[in-house]
Amino acid sequence: MPEKSMRNAINDALSEEMQRDDSTYLIGQDVGEPGGSFAVTRGLYDEFEEGRVIDTPISEAAIVGSSAGAGMTGSRPIAEIMYADFMGLAADQVMNQAGLFKYMFGGDVTVPITIRTVNGGPGANAAAQHSKSLHGLFMHMPGVRVVLASTPHDSKGLLKSAIRCDDPVVFFEHMELYNREAEVPEKSYKIPLGEADVEREGDDVTVVATQKMFYHARDVAEQLAGEISVELINPRTVKPLDTETLVESAKKTGRVVVADESVVQNGPASYIAERIQQEAFYHLEAPVEVVGVDDTPIPFSPPLTEAVVPDDEDIETAIRDMPRV
Amino acid sequence: MPNVVAEHADRLVDQFREMVLVREFETRVSSLFEDNELPGFVHLYIGQEAIATGACWGLKDDDYITSTHRGHGHSIAKGLDPDRMMAELFGKETGYCGGKSGSMHIADVDQGMLGANGIVGAGPSLAVGAGLSIQQNDEDRVCLSFFGEGAMAEGVVHESMNLAGVQDLPVVFVCENNQYGEMTPAQDQHSVEGFEARGDVYDMPAETVDGMSVQSVHDAATRATERARNGGGPSLLICETYRYHGHYEGDPMVYRTEAEVEEWRERDPVDTLESSLLESGHVDGDDVAAIRAEASERIDEAVEFARASEYPDPESAFEGVYSEEL
Repeated sequence: MPEKSMRNAINDALSEEMQRDDSTYLIGQDVGEPGGSFAVTRGLYDEFEEGRVIDTPISEAAIVGSSAGAGMTGSRPIAEIMYADFMGLAADQVMNQAGLFKYMFGGDVTVPITIRTVNGGPGANAAAQHSKSLHGLFMHMPGVRVVLASTPHDSKGLLKSAIRCDDPVVFFEHMELYNREAEVPEKSYKIPLGEADVEREGDDVTVVATQKMFYHARDVAEQLAGEISVELINPRTVKPLDTETLVESAKKTGRVVVADESVVQNGPASYIAERIQQEAFYHLEAPVEVVGVDDTPIPFSPPLTEAVVPDDEDIETAIRDMPRV
Repeated sequence: MPNVVAEHADRLVDQFREMVLVREFETRVSSLFEDNELPGFVHLYIGQEAIATGACWGLKDDDYITSTHRGHGHSIAKGLDPDRMMAELFGKETGYCGGKSGSMHIADVDQGMLGANGIVGAGPSLAVGAGLSIQQNDEDRVCLSFFGEGAMAEGVVHESMNLAGVQDLPVVFVCENNQYGEMTPAQDQHSVEGFEARGDVYDMPAETVDGMSVQSVHDAATRATERARNGGGPSLLICETYRYHGHYEGDPMVYRTEAEVEEWRERDPVDTLESSLLESGHVDGDDVAAIRAEASERIDEAVEFARASEYPDPESAFEGVYSEEL
């Protein structure tokens, strides 16, 4: 099987879905001829007829708001917002518009839109306004599905499902993972939204890890092999969240670490921990440990960034600090 | 306007009939609200009827509109059923949205009504999306986006008008200047008087019309929608009008004088049209009385329908959030 970067796997998914369904179009700033700020849409402007790949002004609210309107009127737009940090400019369009229409308008309307945006950036020293992981904000919005792209293989399959989904989906890529390469099947495949992936089976501790933290956790699990047996789970989507797989693993190992690059306070990792503690309480040897960013903006200078953003050491410490029988 | 009336008498009589219906709907909602029969809050369109009716008159069933928190008039003008509208205001299961929307979010996408909207300035970006759908599919449709002049201060409206201009979309932006953004006079909210200059900014034709005259709105909207249909891109229509009631029902309206309200009432869109039609001899007093009685009966029926309808099953509160249950 050929290896592909996450960037190219996402590009493949976009190309395949746009070939498959004429009602799709791409819209965003620089997505056309420039090929996107992270070169994810490169080549699509030439591949598709005029009008299918739409370059816009720097207008996040109009990009997402127009996608909501287009979604209601027979289109299946795929919008790109360059950084998750910029989603604040379009938050109303998700929170009060796209996410609500199906429910608020009585159930018959669908708003089949995908908003691709980009978490991460601390590792690129992108500083406080270009580095946040903000999927937690959108988990808080009823009617909205939230997907996290972590591996090339999953990115392609998840994005295809997101595009075909009849609900608004916010699809979070990760700036520091675009160059990651892994095997990606040439054939078309989808990964359902709401199915976690057990990347590695283990007996002593479950690590639930997303995006860049997933790679840190994978390295740690490998290093600890023989000493501590780690079960590594990538939730892949945080709404819907595959609680069943997480709880089953927690019951087996009795110890859980959740690692996610968001702010911990009221964040995705805290929510995942809460669900596991609710449903696997009597099987746990210890409270679920959460690894994330502790109520601090992402700073610029490399040593400051390293102090704030968790890495493999933080995950290893959390694992080692778990009480063991 | 005798010549104009003579030329378009049949249409004007029909437009009068619709405006009377909107006025009757709103007047009844006001009293139902005062009697505590309606939950939530309502924003009434009384005084602005000529705009919805005039602008929507030439639309086809499959054209689109976006509306505002003050959306009952737009809904009726786009052909929505007063029974189901009233039932929605009562929070009943027979309402357009099964009791999930109330006054501020009535929508019927099948009828081209993309929703009343409780967020000021939200409609224009949705209209741009409808315009993109129309353009993508090469459809013979347009989208009218109604919004109050208060929305002109919202960033997303600027983004939307600019994007519509850049993409040459078949969208008509209909700004209803009812003189007050919530409780503050328009002139205190916008640094430049009038809104026509916005058209230049986005390279779209802009026209200011008397929003109390259904004929004026109709003519300008027809020019704009035809231009949009023929690939001429977006337009901006500014309709000068006045909101007789408060921002919301119950608004003490301390920000304006009764004299000012009376001054505008002199130009009442329904009454002035009635006078013109009577003067021209195309209707007589009996006709007018019949039209008004018919509207009153129609709204009686709507209220009866709403009252007789059931509240939704509380379980339905958890349905319809997603296309498939998560």
